[in-house]
Amino acid sequence: MSNVSHFTNGLVKSNPTFVLVLGTCPTLAVTTAAINGIGMGAATTFVLVCSNLLIAALKNVIPDKVRIAAFILIIASFVTVVDLVMKAYTPDLYNTLGIFIPLIVVNCIILGRAEAFAQKNSVFPAILDGLGMGIGFTLAITLLASVRELIGNGSIFNVKLVSDNISTFLLFILPPGAFITYGYLIAIMNRLRARYSN
Amino acid sequence: MAKLDSSLKNMTLSLLLISLFMSAALGFVYNVTKEPITKSMKAKETNAIKDVLPSFDNDPMSSPLQINGLTFYIATKGKDTVGYAAKTYTDRGYSGRFDLMVGFLPNGSINNIVVLQQNETPGLGSNMSQDKFRSQFLKLNIGELPDKLLKVRKDGGEIDAISAATITSRAYCNALQKAYDELMKIQEESK
Repeated sequence: MSNVSHFTNGLVKSNPTFVLVLGTCPTLAVTTAAINGIGMGAATTFVLVCSNLLIAALKNVIPDKVRIAAFILIIASFVTVVDLVMKAYTPDLYNTLGIFIPLIVVNCIILGRAEAFAQKNSVFPAILDGLGMGIGFTLAITLLASVRELIGNGSIFNVKLVSDNISTFLLFILPPGAFITYGYLIAIMNRLRARYSN
Repeated sequence: MAKLDSSLKNMTLSLLLISLFMSAALGFVYNVTKEPITKSMKAKETNAIKDVLPSFDNDPMSSPLQINGLTFYIATKGKDTVGYAAKTYTDRGYSGRFDLMVGFLPNGSINNIVVLQQNETPGLGSNMSQDKFRSQFLKLNIGELPDKLLKVRKDGGEIDAISAATITSRAYCNALQKAYDELMKIQEESK
């Protein structure tokens, strides 16, 4: 595979959210407002790129039997870095994302890419893969969050599009709305991919 | 370089070195971010105090009064006390605890309220920070209510609850009531 396809792979063909359906816990939980989608996506992308980089670089000095432990150690450290940095410089976003920042540690996209890609490839493709997957994840959850915010709250990125007196479908902000929107978006994505792959 | 065998020595050494390196990196980041974190937390409270009180010229943050888990900040202008900002909380929210900053005038009426931290349901309970709900507390004096108790209309009180979030509204009243009761004790003692 060429370097370009390492990158684009995560955007559409194996999009972690719509195709691999990995990391659904933060996907469903934080997507109540578009800005949360971007914040969560950026944090995950950072962790993904850094952990892919380090794991690809260290793959020969990590014995097979302890590789998962070593990966988790590396991933958890980067997540803590993100956690501290967001707490310091973006406290409002940190408060809304809350527990889901530390929970990036157990986001299966990250461990999945470490296991399936970074430990078998060299550093540069691993970075591209992490970047592609991360951006794919960010775009997907921001789309999901925008749809939910628009229908549930009548706004996008906190910009109110309808007047306060019009009632919106609160259901879409609440957990069931996450599942409903996610389901429809996956269906639409599958349809689009089927049409364009032929 | 070939991959290392999974011998006990290799495994221990590899994990040990990775953890050492990672903890060093974390220690570094912790040191760098420590100050901005405390600063941003403090800034939020300072701003909240400014928002809930009439103008003052002392530094209320310098002499906080801790009582039963609440924190009171006393604002003065010249020699007169112009207001009390109370950082209050309730455990009765729909998703547990939330924190409010409420400003009282010296006569006990509410000047303004800011939500400091909450996890209530987005779109329902989280509407407590909106003007529609908040405005009914402004200028309100709990001491002039029957039995000096703040209640939502459903419980026979004066407050219109947020629609579909009565539990949050009750908890909000509970937090304010707590702050008011403590404030009365403070004023009693200082007489």
